[in-house]
Amino acid sequence: MSASEDSTSGKTPELGTDVLRELWRSMTREEALDTRILKGIKRGELATVIWPSRGQEAVSAAIGQVLRPDDRLITTYRGLHDHVAKGVPLTEIIGEVMGTAVGASRGKGGTMHIADPDHGVLLTTGIVGSGVPIAVGVALAAVKSGSDRVTAVTFGDGATNTGSFHEGVNLAATWQLPVVFICQNNLYAEMTPVEDTMAIEHVADRAKGVGMPGVTVDGNDPVAMVLALTEAVDRARSGGGPTLIEAVTFRFEGHYAGDSAPYIPAQQLAHQRELDPIITFPRYLLAHGFTQVELDEISAESVEAVEEALKTVLAAPLPDMEEIRSDVYADGLVVTHD
Amino acid sequence: MTETRVISIREALNEALDEALRTDPTVFLLGEDLADPAAGVNAVTRGLATKYGADRVMNTPISEAAIIGAAVGAAIEGYKPVAEIMIMDFIGIAMDQIVNHAAKVRYMSGGRTTSPITVRTAVFAGTGSGGTHSQSLEAWFMHVPGMKVVYPSNPADAKGLLLSAIFDPDPVLVIEASRLYGVKGEVPVGDGHRVPIGKAVVAKPGKDLTIVTYGQATALALQAAERLGEEGVDAEVIDLRTLLPLDMDTVLESVGRTRRAVIAHTATTVAGPGAEIAAQISAKLFGILDGPVQRVGARFTPIPARASESAVTLSVDGIVDAARTTMGAMRV
Repeated sequence: MSASEDSTSGKTPELGTDVLRELWRSMTREEALDTRILKGIKRGELATVIWPSRGQEAVSAAIGQVLRPDDRLITTYRGLHDHVAKGVPLTEIIGEVMGTAVGASRGKGGTMHIADPDHGVLLTTGIVGSGVPIAVGVALAAVKSGSDRVTAVTFGDGATNTGSFHEGVNLAATWQLPVVFICQNNLYAEMTPVEDTMAIEHVADRAKGVGMPGVTVDGNDPVAMVLALTEAVDRARSGGGPTLIEAVTFRFEGHYAGDSAPYIPAQQLAHQRELDPIITFPRYLLAHGFTQVELDEISAESVEAVEEALKTVLAAPLPDMEEIRSDVYADGLVVTHD
Repeated sequence: MTETRVISIREALNEALDEALRTDPTVFLLGEDLADPAAGVNAVTRGLATKYGADRVMNTPISEAAIIGAAVGAAIEGYKPVAEIMIMDFIGIAMDQIVNHAAKVRYMSGGRTTSPITVRTAVFAGTGSGGTHSQSLEAWFMHVPGMKVVYPSNPADAKGLLLSAIFDPDPVLVIEASRLYGVKGEVPVGDGHRVPIGKAVVAKPGKDLTIVTYGQATALALQAAERLGEEGVDAEVIDLRTLLPLDMDTVLESVGRTRRAVIAHTATTVAGPGAEIAAQISAKLFGILDGPVQRVGARFTPIPARASESAVTLSVDGIVDAARTTMGAMRV
């Protein structure tokens, strides 16, 4: 039973009103970003590529609420929601999606490689599973420097089948590092359903094999996600070591913009539509003191914010050749014989 | 004049790590079996865990991807990790972390995150360990913008290049040769010895022919030069010391004088580092060359077992033959 189902009948929400509002704000921004760019790609307005995460908003929003601003986040190519939730400005996100000079990496990273250390997003990786060991190193640095910062790393169910994942979680557990491993299990690894690639039902069970706590959470329920993440982050911050959280959610779009996802059965899609957090969370909010007007206002603000950012990005230039050739080496060294 | 003393490459590397650990608290080492009393297969880290503790010299599981990944993560946060991949053949397991992340985070983040790790690894060629424990894989890394690759041939360079690598703001792969660990030479005493990354050196001057080489092939090239001298050919030997970036200025200056070039390395000749160097020499000095640029390296087979290893790897004879070919071409 999810936390929000659990409490719809009760009077008092588990989380304060401010947290609930911010969760909704974050979720609507994430959804607006994903939806707008996807629409732009489909109608030929935006020549770029994203790996959509429509449907996974609750997981990211909860991460954004639980992590401190100075906590670190490592995410993946399907990470636009994570970026939004952690506070990366929309202009920097969309700027990078479009590869323009106003992007977080001045147009050199692309959707798959958005970094914004100012907001704790140290790395976005395009290689499945590879962020896991890097997050372990980031957490190691926190311990070495005496900081109580926590590092969170997000990845999909497919990543948990890679060697990088297994090597990384084992090292984190062995060294008892302050990491929270967050599997956004959206039931598909690229185009293959999770049951075709794992003999176990729950990704969280993989935690047992390395000696760390593992928990499966309803990833469509932002309240349940906040509670589970809070426990894991508190454990990490207080020296209790890493946790593996499996957030079970769904990806309504294909693997990438342009993949029509014929492999998702209609029946599954219909079932998941009913669990869509963008549909279900408002019911919880309405049952806990929010009005429809207020929710709609927040939602409209999010759409507007995305439109504004997109306008700025579309007016921005591409990086020039000097920019394209910089940051290969620290000192501007160019290997000139090419 | 700098005071020196004679120590081995293994001792020189150990001294470099010792100096880095002692002078910079953000330096730490990680890798398999590094800690005392084992101090690893390569024994380069002997005594350092005892001196600096398990937090500075960190034993890891056999997890090459995690070793490099952890180094990358810590480096992003401002540390200067020195990761050891025990034998170069194992580096494939960590290739993603090195090539896709360490080398590119600076670029892909527009300079907002950087990963100045040092990766030490050892080529086990010549130990008779067969096809998966003997490869010279440096060419793999010369394809990767953002990387630096160094390969010392003597104790002074080993110490100076490793220290330069650790304090370099970019990721550097330091290739060591297990056969060279015991080789001795003069090394400056005390802290502060550095060998610049990206600068080749003339190991032996000459006027008739340039042999371009590096790492463990340097000793073979010097022997070849001696043999050629007996035949009346005065060969210059250039030790590249750094493979990426390549110091082509020094190479082109030398070949511009001698007008003949042989490139010698323990990596396979096919698509080896010599291919790039030969192509650049040909492109820039075509009009003045007195003979075809020659490349000589390992044959294009996996490294066979102990008894036959020397049949396929670089030899002094091979270098001399290549030199004779390019010298002979002049007389045609």
